[in-house]
Amino acid sequence: MEYKLTYKEYREALKQKKLLGLKCKSCGAVTVPPKMVCRSCASPDLEVLELRGTGRIQTFTTCNVAPEGRESEVPYTILLVELDEGPWLMGNLVGVEPEKATMETLMGKRVKMTESRIFPGDKYSAGEGASPTFVLEN
Amino acid sequence: MRKVAVVGVGETKFSGQQERTSVELFAEAAAEALTESNLKPKDIQALFLGNVLGDFSEGQGSVQAFAAENIGCFNIPANRYEGACASASMAIRDAWMWVASGFYDVVLAGGVERAATMGTPLATRTFAMFSDSRYEFPSGITFPAVFAMLAHLYSAKYGVPLPRLKEQLATVSLQSYKYGMHNPKAHLRKEVTMEAVLSSFMVSTPLQLHDCCPFSDGAAALVLASEEVAKKLTRKPVFIVGAGQASNGPLASQQQYLPRLRARELSAKQAYDMAGLKPGDIDICELHDCFSIASLIAVESLGFFDYGMSGEAWIKGEAGIGGKVAINPSGGLKSKGHPIGATGAGQVYEIAKQLRGEVEPERQVQGAKIGMTDTLGGDGCTLVNMILQRGWR
Repeated sequence: MEYKLTYKEYREALKQKKLLGLKCKSCGAVTVPPKMVCRSCASPDLEVLELRGTGRIQTFTTCNVAPEGRESEVPYTILLVELDEGPWLMGNLVGVEPEKATMETLMGKRVKMTESRIFPGDKYSAGEGASPTFVLEN
Repeated sequence: MRKVAVVGVGETKFSGQQERTSVELFAEAAAEALTESNLKPKDIQALFLGNVLGDFSEGQGSVQAFAAENIGCFNIPANRYEGACASASMAIRDAWMWVASGFYDVVLAGGVERAATMGTPLATRTFAMFSDSRYEFPSGITFPAVFAMLAHLYSAKYGVPLPRLKEQLATVSLQSYKYGMHNPKAHLRKEVTMEAVLSSFMVSTPLQLHDCCPFSDGAAALVLASEEVAKKLTRKPVFIVGAGQASNGPLASQQQYLPRLRARELSAKQAYDMAGLKPGDIDICELHDCFSIASLIAVESLGFFDYGMSGEAWIKGEAGIGGKVAINPSGGLKSKGHPIGATGAGQVYEIAKQLRGEVEPERQVQGAKIGMTDTLGGDGCTLVNMILQRGWR
């Protein structure tokens, strides 16, 4: 059983503004972020696929209290997006001021991927991270 | 499998930053539990201890081995459990199974944490470790942010306009503070008004300061014994009649169920089925109100109120003492406090005291016979539910 898409490969693709996922050859479901198996049927028979990076906001929050070391990012908005391919993905929203990040302006709205926010890493993180980052589509 | 009872309980006051060590805190709770059980350290056959962040808060790993030695339980098997905020409940469920199976007769279970001692920035960073470090933390996720997203989703999904939801959430916190005022072991004992709740600092939209439980230091301990041994030790054994546990992956992977937490629905069903009981049989529930919204989500999945309707139930008093089911008469995580590795043991402490009628009159649930605990770790990643019942008439 082979691990088809590692965190490292996924993160390096995000840094190039590419969103990679896994398509299940057994049931057709798309899985992202990557796992060893399909998120739907648990089959390991998967192939890597590039996703469109578009979808609809399912929920959000604007965070005012940061974890230690990330205080300079505050305030920032986190999203759960339902990608057009089906899976939900956690990421960030940019281009909308905090006061305008309300249920009325965001819930259910379409978004598309832009340059990923990079987390440079801290002493606990075993390296850097990349966060899928979105802007409102209109 | 044999029946297992809680025969003695102990707990420190839960508090903010303080200087006693984790071992000292657990020793205090353990001593109280042993005394109540009329036992000596040498009577304990094994230790099951929840402790999540001792490595970060004190530079102390393997606290369970040091705790066992410190209290005189020399050389016994000692396990540490890490299930984020559900750690102590995970420990208690395991302890229960080792006794139920017949392997042990008398064990000590519980937990300890010094979350407050870490200070807010480090506590916020370490609590974020309960989210997916690869696929969620890069976005800046924090614990309040997880539940804040569930709050917006709850409002949209059930059609509860956000201003109304905020009033419901404030009512949840106000009830917790009201009961915590009469709990001498509670961390935050204060009178708070609705206006104060709704105008407090915005932590992560839409959750404000008073929607969030505090970081706390504290410990709690329980002695568990087989039915036969329990009957020799106490006239008031509290039996564990149902136990359930389930896990889940990151928040996004739960998309089919959110804002419901699937792991809780599985775990609660296991507990109800094992006990042969239904939600209507539960007199008291000590549940995981890490954030006010978490209470609404919990009671609905536990079967006490309909989905999307529990906020109104709180406003009508149906979730308080004298209502349909008494939720968090201890003051809950909000007021009693949340020393995460110990919280689940604190919940069992409260249920045992309530069933025995040993709690301050202002928050005693009269005639309570059956209680339930509900403990959640991570993004709904670990859920443990236990049902406890009086072993006497």
